[in-house]
Amino acid sequence: MTQTIVTQKLAGQPVGRRLKITGFALPDDVHQRLLEMGLAIGMECTVARYAPLGDPMELKIRGYSLSLRLTEAEGVHVEAHH
Amino acid sequence: MTATFELEPPPSRNNPHRSVESVRTVAIAGNPNSGKSTLFNALTGLRQKVGNYPGVTVEKKIGRFRGSHGEPLDLLDLPGTYSLQTRSPDEAIARDALLGRLADTPQPDVILCVVDATNLERNLYLVAQMAELGLPLVVGLNMIDLAEGNGMAIHAARLSKGLGCPVIPCVASQSKGLVELRQAITRQLDGQAPHRAPLPKPLEEAALTLGEVLVREQELDPRFALAEALLLITATGHAVANLSGNPRALLERARQTVNEAGLDRLSAAIHARYAWVHQLAAEAVTSRTGDGASISDRLDAWLTHKIWGWVFFLGVMTLMFFMVFQLAEIPMDWIQAGQTGLINWVQSVMPAGDFRDLLTSGIISGVGTVVTFLPQILILFFFIGLLEDTGYLARAAFIIDRLMSRVGLHGKSFVPMLSSFACAIPGIMATRTIDNPKDRLATILVAPLVSCPARLPVYSLMIAVLLPMGFSSWDKAGIMLAMYLFSIIAAFGMAWVFRKTLFKGERSLFLLEMPPYRRPSLGVTVQRMWERSVVFLRRAGTIILSVSVIIWALSTYPKPANPDATPAQTLAGSAAGKLGHIFEPLIKPLGYDWKVGVGIISSFAAREVFVGTMSVMYSVQNGDENLPALRKAMLAEKHPNGAPVFTPLVCIGLMVYYVLAMQCLSTVAVVRRETNSWKWPLFQIGYMSLLAWAGAFLVFQIGHLFGFS
Repeated sequence: MTQTIVTQKLAGQPVGRRLKITGFALPDDVHQRLLEMGLAIGMECTVARYAPLGDPMELKIRGYSLSLRLTEAEGVHVEAHH
Repeated sequence: MTATFELEPPPSRNNPHRSVESVRTVAIAGNPNSGKSTLFNALTGLRQKVGNYPGVTVEKKIGRFRGSHGEPLDLLDLPGTYSLQTRSPDEAIARDALLGRLADTPQPDVILCVVDATNLERNLYLVAQMAELGLPLVVGLNMIDLAEGNGMAIHAARLSKGLGCPVIPCVASQSKGLVELRQAITRQLDGQAPHRAPLPKPLEEAALTLGEVLVREQELDPRFALAEALLLITATGHAVANLSGNPRALLERARQTVNEAGLDRLSAAIHARYAWVHQLAAEAVTSRTGDGASISDRLDAWLTHKIWGWVFFLGVMTLMFFMVFQLAEIPMDWIQAGQTGLINWVQSVMPAGDFRDLLTSGIISGVGTVVTFLPQILILFFFIGLLEDTGYLARAAFIIDRLMSRVGLHGKSFVPMLSSFACAIPGIMATRTIDNPKDRLATILVAPLVSCPARLPVYSLMIAVLLPMGFSSWDKAGIMLAMYLFSIIAAFGMAWVFRKTLFKGERSLFLLEMPPYRRPSLGVTVQRMWERSVVFLRRAGTIILSVSVIIWALSTYPKPANPDATPAQTLAGSAAGKLGHIFEPLIKPLGYDWKVGVGIISSFAAREVFVGTMSVMYSVQNGDENLPALRKAMLAEKHPNGAPVFTPLVCIGLMVYYVLAMQCLSTVAVVRRETNSWKWPLFQIGYMSLLAWAGAFLVFQIGHLFGFS
């Protein structure tokens, strides 16, 4: 079965879509801090909401809610998870 | 140092001869929002001592409690942290305290790690790191009632078996589970190290090898060998800058070994720990019936809504501001009335003289100044406690972060900035809610620029002098409003400048946990209000009082030779008067004469004193109440060349000066207290004075160029 996986950025993903983290393109220290907050390649997450002004965004991951700015979310790569 | 306590507990019944030196230390660690401080307070009550770690802004709190045999134990409160891999000097305190690296902080015998049971997996990550330290561990499974309420059943015994240490369910806010916690702590005082996450073989071997060398060459405690080595191998960038020579070379080799084994040294240990705790959590959580977050989600749909989110946000902030601004007025008036009453009483029972003046104008006024701030501090911290405990503070930061980040501030800078309109003192104390030290410092640096009510008397006087009698109160209000807008622009502008200069290249990271909405606990909030007030009175109060006395002395001595000298002559002949003359060349380019200089010097402690000094200088009785008389006297004042002193440009310039200048000693004392150094308050006085001078200079000189006077 062939499957096309389109890697996208976390920033801008629609609310409620189930996502899977596929990679990071961030400075080392920011990357490490995100890992420590529970993000990881292969981890599932969903976008809970965006702030009224569109930034930051709130993410559901490992059973809790984390908000982060779009600047950082630009560096988190995701794919739609089924 | 830690042996001195305000409230020394009575000697132990079991062992009355136990010496103070033998008191063992328990360190309490945990994520922010885990209820760590609540548990600390529940265990120690009011038997705590607040101090500072050298060189950083975090507070050092040590409390005394009793183990299950009645033995006294010291509880060391560590700053909330998500990880031991720290990224700032402030965060490093938790790690260094645990590793026994801090000179005057005792090495902990046991770690009590507080875990938010409703967010088990993410919280267990820190436990996994603590476990690597090789110290006996006790896990406090806090907020177990909420987890159960969410339909989550946690099998504590199973988790305890997996971790290899006691896991005690508790509810810190209701003091539940404390007996069991004390028992576990006492048991663990000489207990074993817990289990730890299995690391990838190459990483573990590299860390153990490096650890051995560190123990041998750097006299590292062997228990910490693995943890230290892991921290070094997995550190980013500058974190290992202080390592040199052989260990440095070995570290490079260890990193290389890890890389050659196909592991990413930055992430391998983190993945291994999460894999471990994920497994442990999966085994321990026996049922997960409800969806715990759903109530919070439903609330958030409204509270962070594009329109209703703003309505609620503005409502909450307006209410808080109104309370701090208006409600605090009532007790502040009482304090002022009490102060006046006391002064009158002293004047009626004591013979006139220097000592009576020192008491009334120096000490009672100084103490009065300190105490007047208390109502605002109490009310603000009541609100902040409520906002933090309910979880709304995180939402407020979420909503407003976009705007604040434009000038390089943080979403959590909003409440401190807003509070500063009422008073910079509680505002600066409120920056405590900002975790990132750089964001916190930037907020502290600009908060005193926000126009506070102490400037109002100065504005009123200068507006009265500026506008002829015929102008309506609308014109006056317009000028007042302009000054407020100017102060907001100045505060945000300087925040932007600092972000581009002082904190250049520092990425401001906004990673905020959004805790579920919770019911606040009144006891916790009241304790926090009490704690803040005591810290303010003790630390800032002493500075404010002593400088009040110094300023009183400066404007009283030396005494005039002629005993019939008027108050104006006395002031002119005093040290403050002479300083006014000395500083005259400096303020001449602003259009001021030496009398204005005396006003500025005397109001260094508090801006509103300017009006009082002016009325003394112009021999107007009760100038602050008799504005027309003072206005007339000031308008009549001439330079030696016959030109009037208080031209419109000078009046506007003075208002601009008072918007920008740090003419508030209490703020200086609080910044000193909150940043734990004289460096930042001195820098702040420096930059604000410079800004104020430049502002007044530009108004006066550019105004002249355009033909105004």
